[in-house]
Amino acid sequence: MQPTFSSSRILLPVSPWFIFLTLTVALLLNFLPTAHWPGVPDWIALVLCFWSVRESRRVGMGWAFILGLLMDVADGAVLGQHCFAYVLLAYGASSLSRRLLWFPIAQQALHVLPLLLLTQAIQAGMRMVVGGDFPGWGYFVGPFVASVLWIPATYLLLLPQFRPVEQNPDRPI
Amino acid sequence: MAGIDHAPPPFFKRGPAPLALLTFYILVSLAIFVVDLRMHSLDLLRQTVALFVDPVQRVAQTPGSLVDYARNYLEGMALLQRENDQLRHAKLNTAPNLLRLEQLEAENERLRKLLDVKEREQANGQVAQILYTARDPFSRKVIVDKGQQAGITAGQPAIDEAGVVGQVTRVFPFSAEITLITDKDQAVPVQIVRTGQRSVVFGLGNGQMELRYLPANADVQVGDVLVTSGLDSVYLQGFPVAKVVNIERDSAYSFARIFGAPVAGVENFGEVMILNPREPLPPAPPAAKGRGDTSDKPGVRQKKKRAAKEN
Repeated sequence: MQPTFSSSRILLPVSPWFIFLTLTVALLLNFLPTAHWPGVPDWIALVLCFWSVRESRRVGMGWAFILGLLMDVADGAVLGQHCFAYVLLAYGASSLSRRLLWFPIAQQALHVLPLLLLTQAIQAGMRMVVGGDFPGWGYFVGPFVASVLWIPATYLLLLPQFRPVEQNPDRPI
Repeated sequence: MAGIDHAPPPFFKRGPAPLALLTFYILVSLAIFVVDLRMHSLDLLRQTVALFVDPVQRVAQTPGSLVDYARNYLEGMALLQRENDQLRHAKLNTAPNLLRLEQLEAENERLRKLLDVKEREQANGQVAQILYTARDPFSRKVIVDKGQQAGITAGQPAIDEAGVVGQVTRVFPFSAEITLITDKDQAVPVQIVRTGQRSVVFGLGNGQMELRYLPANADVQVGDVLVTSGLDSVYLQGFPVAKVVNIERDSAYSFARIFGAPVAGVENFGEVMILNPREPLPPAPPAAKGRGDTSDKPGVRQKKKRAAKEN
């Protein structure tokens, strides 16, 4: 871990099961009947982006592809639409990860915003190329909400990795 | 020491280069995008994935339906009583027509037999509950709780108590997807009740519908009711589809722009009736040669078929 603003705090290694759990919860959140509410973020994009930044060796484009496929089927969208967008998101996030983690958390959120917007724009673009209607600007509110949620998401998703503040001198790490 | 990796970090085996992986995944995504959109040959993949996704989706729907259930429960007696009264009124209002319906249908059948006309098909079907709206913001679709297990096949029409709702477009093992008639370019062959004029009404994707390809001077008025014409072999004849709400006649164009609103509670939740597939129509007679006026009918038909296929 690099010396970032908060990385003075050494984190425990992440458990793969926790990554799996968070992605499943994100999937569940995406499946909630909230489609017609304005500004509901794409939870999977947010969590996927987070893990691609933090653990780019564990969560990468393969996961993105599979999650995209699940979302395509669940949405009733054309197969491949979410896959394409999520794969690009995972790639962008993992290639940004070295740089991103140096910034304070609010600026991280700003960095993530274009990635999430791009994910949404790619999906809209793909559908409009093949004759879909423009879904309205409300469609692009989600990424803004998601990038604000980056801040609580960071704390929440790193929670199991924080070490206790009071340390046992017999076990220095 | 639980969480510490003892294995050395895999410096030298990181799998394929990220750019190569990216290219691979992008190519695969684009390939399935095009294949699914143009050739519709990935239904098996979709059904397989749906088998895994469906339970999760149903779990995710439970909180919402529990809230609905609780609200219904709490609203309780007064509402029920009011609804009951309304229903009794409605029943009484329709009683004169309904009571004679059976006799009329029998009479109609007899007359049709006398005239040697094909008998009217019976409308049968099964009731299905709408589970949720598909999240895809680019289309208007709902998912219902009956699928292959209940014998649903793609193409069956769905109606509610007021009129046509849509058409089954995809069937999964335990659920089915209904494309609403307001979905963009979803076509329904209709007939104007007042004049008997046949046409095709298309969804616009914004909750409205448009009656296309009618001449600017066509005899259409605001308030006209459009019912299914039954000319496709999908919808039975006579189900209300839409009501004309707005007509723009501009002499610059040869067609009038006629907008309608769906009659059925297309965008509401609730229950729908999925009608059984119709018996196939008798084959079209061979096109007559050498006469201009007869040759246009098959053309119209083909256009309809193509429009329906596009969806």
